[in-house]
Amino acid sequence: MSTRNDQKLLFDEPGPRGRRRIKIATVVGAVVVVAAIALAVRQFADHGELAAARWQPFSQWPIWRYLLTGLWATLRAAAATAVLGGAFGLLLALGRLSRRRVPRYLAGAYVEIFRTVPALLLIYVTLFALPHYGLNFSLFWKLVLPLVVSNSAAFAEIFRAGIRALPRGQSEAGLAIGLRPWQVMRLVVLPQAVLRLAPTLVSQLVGLLKDTSLGFVVSYTELLYSGQVLSSFTHLLIQTFLMVALLYLIVNASLSKFARVLQARGGRLFGRRQRSASRDAVPPLVSQRGGMV
Amino acid sequence: MNALTGHLSELGHGVVTTVELTVVTTIAALLIGIIVAILRITPVPMLRGIGLVYVEVLQNLPLLALLVLFVFALPQIGITFPLFTSAAIVIACYEGAYMAEAIRAGINTVAVGQAEAARAIGLTFSQSLRHVILPQALRAVIQPIGNICIALLMNTSLAAAVGVVELTQAANNVNLVEAQPIEVFTGAGIAYMLMALIIGFTTGRLERKLAIVR
Repeated sequence: MSTRNDQKLLFDEPGPRGRRRIKIATVVGAVVVVAAIALAVRQFADHGELAAARWQPFSQWPIWRYLLTGLWATLRAAAATAVLGGAFGLLLALGRLSRRRVPRYLAGAYVEIFRTVPALLLIYVTLFALPHYGLNFSLFWKLVLPLVVSNSAAFAEIFRAGIRALPRGQSEAGLAIGLRPWQVMRLVVLPQAVLRLAPTLVSQLVGLLKDTSLGFVVSYTELLYSGQVLSSFTHLLIQTFLMVALLYLIVNASLSKFARVLQARGGRLFGRRQRSASRDAVPPLVSQRGGMV
Repeated sequence: MNALTGHLSELGHGVVTTVELTVVTTIAALLIGIIVAILRITPVPMLRGIGLVYVEVLQNLPLLALLVLFVFALPQIGITFPLFTSAAIVIACYEGAYMAEAIRAGINTVAVGQAEAARAIGLTFSQSLRHVILPQALRAVIQPIGNICIALLMNTSLAAAVGVVELTQAANNVNLVEAQPIEVFTGAGIAYMLMALIIGFTTGRLERKLAIVR
């Protein structure tokens, strides 16, 4: 959708000269791509990496089973991080929006601190600092806990933005019919905010899934570390890591695609698309937000 | 505090490496981002496709996987760079995809009338980009670019995982010697926070100076 907008924005239907230029640019682009691929293939061939024996193992099930087990561990770590980080992030967002000062400051400090500390540093803390004080988690939690700590800060910012983007009229109406502030949050504000945030939350899942590759440092056998272990057995470094990259690409591209679908459907996967269309048709007197969203 | 003060030169080297890596990759990523954003909006479908594939591939792969692939696997087909250079190239390419998306979002915020006016006075596609669209688009996305810079700063720590001794790795090394994890890691964390604050402050000032108030 946006591409069509861009096109409309920046250029008209090309005339004869424009079409010739487009053809030339297409040829140049194609030549560059083909040259890059040819160069890569030549590098592979020069170092004997194209030999059938170097790729044969990847037609065997045990190799794939090992990599897919790694992928499964990646997904498990990502799911645990998403659930814990999402829940904690929501709490932090509510804290930051609270009317009381103490939770507001505490949540604010937490978010500001952990938004600017690298996840790897937190992982080093669980790897090297906490065992010093008798806190020795399993490898899974050594990976997941630091990721929860850093991702909850990101989730908190997403939730806060979503809650604040909701028109005030919603919570005012809730209060006006006699709901308690907590009921307004739970029954009126959160359901709508989460619906609108659905695409953003799914994109955050992609980031989180990428973060689990830090299992490489923890030596938790998720996908990337599995690739490392596998390649130290088979000595097929580049082949293995290309396959690992391919698996990441498939999973994450599907998630990104899913986020775009959600975006296009206003957060809903099934049915009730009529309503969002009619909501957009509300006369400007009522909507007040103009074309901002 | 002894653990920190006793190893100031090591930690200082780490900070310098982190800053160098951040500055170099920010500039490179910004350039890549502008180029890819332009590719994604050209009238040439082929080039738009290249831009789209670039962004999709790099945004959907973990940075650490790219670093491992580049540093450990590419030497197998005879492509080797010094460690710092490798890390810089990979991080720049990775963050370049995010820059491209931010800049494209900025291009979308430029009012349609601007581009129409540029075409109406006879500017070509590249002229209208250079003189009309990009100057406005870039000013509109200073804040998002600042956020990407902060993410980039934190991502430079991943270079530690492939052996670059930047701040995170330096802190880890000091901790292995001194066994004072709380002091050392808190110190490193504060250093990262200060650097992020500086980036945030700079982008805030830049925005106040350059942004177009509509």
